This record gives sequence, structure tokens and C-alpha cells, in this order.
Amino acid sequence: MSARPIATTRSTSGMPTGRLAVWWVIASEIVIFGGILGSYVMFRLSHDAFATQAAHTNTWIGAFNTLVLLTSSLFAVLGHKAADQGDGPKAARMLYLTSLGGIIFLLVKFGYEWPTEIHHGFTISSHPFWSFYYTAAGIHAAHVLAGVVIMLIIAPMARRSLELHRVELIGVYWHFVDVVWIFLFPLLYIAK
Amino acid sequence: MAQHAHAHDAAEEYAEGGHDTHHGNYVRIWAILCVLLVVSVAGPFFGHPLVTLVTAFGIAVVKAYMVAKHFMHITVAPRFVAYLVGTCLAFMLLFFAGTAPDVMRLYGTNWKKPSLIQADAAYESEHHEAAH
Repeated sequence: MSARPIATTRSTSGMPTGRLAVWWVIASEIVIFGGILGSYVMFRLSHDAFATQAAHTNTWIGAFNTLVLLTSSLFAVLGHKAADQGDGPKAARMLYLTSLGGIIFLLVKFGYEWPTEIHHGFTISSHPFWSFYYTAAGIHAAHVLAGVVIMLIIAPMARRSLELHRVELIGVYWHFVDVVWIFLFPLLYIAK
Repeated sequence: MAQHAHAHDAAEEYAEGGHDTHHGNYVRIWAILCVLLVVSVAGPFFGHPLVTLVTAFGIAVVKAYMVAKHFMHITVAPRFVAYLVGTCLAFMLLFFAGTAPDVMRLYGTNWKKPSLIQADAAYESEHHEAAH
């Protein structure tokens, strides 16, 4: 009797069930983030006061974090490639590097960026712009944290060449988190 | 020993598992994404709103497409995946179109937005003072 999970062995839609599940998750996440970003755009377009508040965000920090996420996405897809080639140890190393990117992103956000802004009086209740800012960036950061935790669970298994399909699955999720940030960055840091 | 054999079998099974992913030059894609990031940051320095709009949001769309195509391999996934994602994006636009006429106003029938009215008033008064 096989102990392999059903996500590995069953395919009812032209792709493994696990990959299908990740795409379903992403589709539902599009609705969540789309709602937040769509609402922000409505408010931003109709209230000039948002621009004066947005002027206080730090573009360089946002750009640095974008670079970190893009680089971590590179490691994630290199991990996928290694998994496809059956090279578990290399896939695990790539997952650890991807996790490191996520950890750096979170450290910059929670260790420097947000404390600085809060210290200057820009709290979640100081203006509707900051309500959107902390909500959108906070929900995104929660997704980054979830991705890091999942990768740190998967990597030791990948190192032993077990369940290598999971390297690809977490990679697809991670790229989506990257895509969300690609839109958050200009909305919150550049459109001033 | 048995675990090692299982790991070897699993790795081989995954490697031979009919993967339709074509792995391109990912470092080149990453380098292009980095250049686009630099352009999007540099855009506002020209001081023209249209340039900022194109360099910020036009490039964001291009970057997102590149990540979806080259890193997520959405173009080699079954067609219904693109339809699934496209449907959710369409619902996002439907949400925007359906709610914007109300959300983008400060007042309506039996409702108003006090915090935004206050914020807009403060903004107007700051600009009025700055103009004088």
C-alpha cells in the first residue's frame, strides 16, 4: 500500500492535484488582494489628500524589498528546476535561500520601516491612506511569513529527495506573493 | 536504508513524472526584472505624471506578466488555469466598476464618510494656506 499523498499520485484535471490546489488558492487570493487594491485605487483617485500622505512612504525601502522578493523568486524557480532534475539537496538549498529572502523582507518591514513610520505618527488610524497601507502591506507580510514557514517545513524533506513536487508548489505560491508586491510597490511607494 | 531507497525512488519518479515545464534562463529573466525595477523607481524623477504612470503601473503589469509566464509557467499549465485566474481578475474589475460610483463620493443618500471629509478639508486648508 502506498503512503504517498493523494496530491502526488492523482491527476484528474491534466495536472497533479496538488498543483491544481495551489492554483485554486491563488485564484481566491486574487479576489482578496484585488478587493483591497481595487478599493485603494478608488480612494486614491478620488481624494488628493492620499497623495500627500503617500509622500511619507520610503521609496528606497520599498525598492529594496522589491529587489529582495524578486531575488527570492529567482531562488524559488531554481529550486523548482533542481527538483525537476531530481536534485533534492540543491532544491533544499534554493528553498533555504528563498526563505532567507522572505525573512529579510519581514525584518526590513517590521524591524525598521513600520517602527520608523509609527514613530513619526503615521499609525493605522492617523489617515485612511495609512489604514490601507498597513492593511494591504500587513496582509501581504502575513503571506510572506506563511510562505517562509512552509518552505522551512518542506526544505528538510527536499534535502532527502522526498516529496519533491512540493518544491514546485510552494514556488508557485511564492511567485504569486511576489506578483502582489509588484503591484503594491507602485501603489504605496511610487504614486505620490 | 529503506528510507534512502524510497527517497531515490521518489526523486526518480518526480524527475520522470511527465513534467511539461521548460526551464529557461531564469537569471536573465531576473536581470530584466531588476532593470525594470530601476526604471519604475527612476520614473517619478522626470516629474511628469504620465511618465510616472507608465513607468510605475505599465512596468508593474509587464513584471507581473514575466513572473507569471517564466517563473510560474502559467503558459504551459492547462488552459483552464489561465481561465480561472482571468475570471478572478474579471471579477475584480466588476467589483471596481460596480462600487466605484459610490465609493468615490463623499456623500450619498443617507450616508457620508466623516473621516475622509475631515481629511479632504484639512488637505484643502493646507493648500489654501500654501497658496497665500
